[in-house]
Amino acid sequence: MQTWKWLYAPKTPFNWRFVRNVLIKTIILFVALNVVCVAADPLPALGKLSAYNPLLGGRERLPYGENPDAAYNLSLYQIDAMFASHTLAGTDKGNEYRVLLIGDSATWGILLEPGDTLTGQINANDYRTADGQPVRAYNLGYPTMSLTKDLMLLDYAMRYDPDLIVWPFTLQSFDRETQLDTALVQNNAERVQNLIERYDLDQDTDDARFVEPSTWDKTIIGRRRALADLLRLQLYGVPWTLTGIDQDYPADHAWRAVDLPEDNTWQGFKPDTFSPDELSFDVLQAGIQVAGDTPVLLINEPMFLSDGANSDIRYNFFYPRWAYDEYRQLLYQHSTDYGWTLLDLWDRLPGVDCYTDSPVHLTPECSALFAEIVGAAILEVAGTQ
Amino acid sequence: MTLTHILVFTAAALLYLALLPARWRGWTLFAGSVIAIYWLQPSIRISRMDFIFPTATLALVVVSWLISREPDQKWSREDSIAAGILVILVLLLAFGRYLAPEYRITPSKPPPIFTVVLWLGVVIVAVALIHAAPVKLDLLAGFFILLILVVFAVLKTAPLAEEVSAWLREWQGQPTSLASATELEWLGFSYVAFRLVHTLRDRQIGRLPALTLREYTTYAIFFPAFTAGPIDRAERFLPDLQDLPGLEPSRLVQGGMRIMVGIGKKFVIADSLGYLSLSAAKAEQATSTGGVWLLLYAYAFQLYFDFSGYTDIAIGIGQLFGIKLPENFNQPYLRRNITVFWQSWHITLSNWVRFYVFSPLTRFLLTRKRRPAPNLVAFTGQMSTMIVIGLWHGVSWTFVVWGVWHGIGLFIHKIWSDRTRPYYIKLRTRPRTAKIIEIAGIIFTFHFVVLGWVWFALPDIGTSWDVFLKLFGM
Repeated sequence: MQTWKWLYAPKTPFNWRFVRNVLIKTIILFVALNVVCVAADPLPALGKLSAYNPLLGGRERLPYGENPDAAYNLSLYQIDAMFASHTLAGTDKGNEYRVLLIGDSATWGILLEPGDTLTGQINANDYRTADGQPVRAYNLGYPTMSLTKDLMLLDYAMRYDPDLIVWPFTLQSFDRETQLDTALVQNNAERVQNLIERYDLDQDTDDARFVEPSTWDKTIIGRRRALADLLRLQLYGVPWTLTGIDQDYPADHAWRAVDLPEDNTWQGFKPDTFSPDELSFDVLQAGIQVAGDTPVLLINEPMFLSDGANSDIRYNFFYPRWAYDEYRQLLYQHSTDYGWTLLDLWDRLPGVDCYTDSPVHLTPECSALFAEIVGAAILEVAGTQ
Repeated sequence: MTLTHILVFTAAALLYLALLPARWRGWTLFAGSVIAIYWLQPSIRISRMDFIFPTATLALVVVSWLISREPDQKWSREDSIAAGILVILVLLLAFGRYLAPEYRITPSKPPPIFTVVLWLGVVIVAVALIHAAPVKLDLLAGFFILLILVVFAVLKTAPLAEEVSAWLREWQGQPTSLASATELEWLGFSYVAFRLVHTLRDRQIGRLPALTLREYTTYAIFFPAFTAGPIDRAERFLPDLQDLPGLEPSRLVQGGMRIMVGIGKKFVIADSLGYLSLSAAKAEQATSTGGVWLLLYAYAFQLYFDFSGYTDIAIGIGQLFGIKLPENFNQPYLRRNITVFWQSWHITLSNWVRFYVFSPLTRFLLTRKRRPAPNLVAFTGQMSTMIVIGLWHGVSWTFVVWGVWHGIGLFIHKIWSDRTRPYYIKLRTRPRTAKIIEIAGIIFTFHFVVLGWVWFALPDIGTSWDVFLKLFGM
């Protein structure tokens, strides 16, 4: 058969010498490639090689997906690859007033199409600054609640020369104990350890939750999962470009609880055991420092306020009233002390129908309302620059 | 076949070549194939079925061998040994129920030994009855072909398969509400069935060579070709099996290369294309006509690289073990017309259907007193052939339409080539024009095949039709 002529009718017949040479060369090449892989970690460089933006449409939010086949999206730990796939990496700043939004799943937009997220709605409103600069917002949220994770992403994002950082958060992201629970943080140990040292954060650089790869983990075999993820990210770019879908939208989902448990604790704390030191305000302050001259608009996210069972002791499934009230008080105190620009919107969208599967995930309609408030604040900050 | 299977089979082949004396090689392939079909069988949600299906395959093979023997072929000592090995291996595999899951060959716990012994007894009695029966073997062969085709039709027809699944669930005391057509995953049955029908039919017409039980079983369930073909012919397989070579550098290089190329095609190219290939969901979500074309192209190439990759792996492993399996693909997307495409795509299935459907049917039509017009004979033959190939993939309207699509294509091409033959002969003096026409033919044929995949890939006629319209901006 013509296809296999080179194999079945070779010019020189295959002999044992040929077999031996192939085996030796294969082993040498394999070992050499693995040594190179260990010595010079190629993942960041490979991560920056992206089909997004030059060939495929840039993603409007960072890659994240628990059901990749339906979402055309996946979760990976390679920050370089994540940003390289984002539309931010492929956009010339030009004259735009560049706003980067960091934060949790509410910013990322669980159950929201890219155009319905806070970022999408801000862009849809087509704001212009007093100087006539078009405001262009970029969604850099990531669906886990940890200010340290936000800080790590912000630190990376500063290379894209933003004019303003918008940082929505909620109390859950402040819990010091869970700052390093996010897989994205654990698998970017060096970046986070560097931030801990640089800003003297109240976290342990030797924390056991950090994933420190062994020499074996650094070989091609050890990195096969990470390498496969890089390839899969590129491949999912095609259906993303063709469909504009980057999230699995279930036909039905559980709604945020209205009736709440009779539980007065938050993260295991009671009013008498809680101390302000349990909240990571130092990370927020580090974020302001990372931003440098770029203004940071801090936003206490709107959240669902229940009127169901036990709503006298809890605001919602996440928070007992005492914990959230104390957090807000501390937030105000820090804002005043350090001169932060804070927008406290915790009760600005009180409608029961505003929230979907979590006390902080908004419907498209309420996301639009949220965007109007944030948009006005962006223009106000832009006007003072 | 997973990468683990391929690695283990390759390592086993190297040990087989390096350590085994020639006289043990045939027996090793026989025993290895029996064990491999249990190991390859994926887990099934209905209890015990992942043990029962491979065992049923063996039972069908043994009975089929008995019926397809030459009329004067005696039960030899070798056959007794082979039968004994089969029984021992099945029992040993059944003893796996006492092992921890990680040491078991079967994907789940086998049935109780007593049950296995009982069923083996039933098979042995059936074999003895067939052996001693005064019934004509030709008649039995016809009956057995019918039985195999009925089982095949049940497995490939979703509502029937779901009924059987519910019945099996009830038998095993599992909830029938969870019954589904997809859980009757009888690995390799499509290929084994066609091999068995081939031997039974060839025995009826006196073309099958004499095979011992060991040879017949090894042919029917030869593990490299068990899951995805190719569908070899017994008379081609037998000489290789009877003269298994030892360790040779050319065989090692050729087998190894085919396996590597196959792995690249299947696990790198095809699996990557799988992320972007056509599916009902993606087709509905795609926002542009160009996008749907891209999904369809990806599907076409995924299908080719997946299937031809598996074929390369099977041929490569077969070659290491000393069996040269037939080729199944020959650059099918570079063919200048649909007739040549079908001589290059899934070649062994096309040949099988040509031997056992097209040729007998056209012969029957041509030998009738009132002979139909030649074009009608060609149309009936080609249409029947392609519909059978469609139904082989599954009994559903989408596969029928796919078969009709290709049947019409083949018929139109036949008429076209009959009428344009003088023109093509003249073209021999104008090579540039001939080349341009050839390239145009390749592009046209490729797109005809690609459009046919719309019916093949999608779950129902309505979805396929919607996608078809979308491809043309409608």
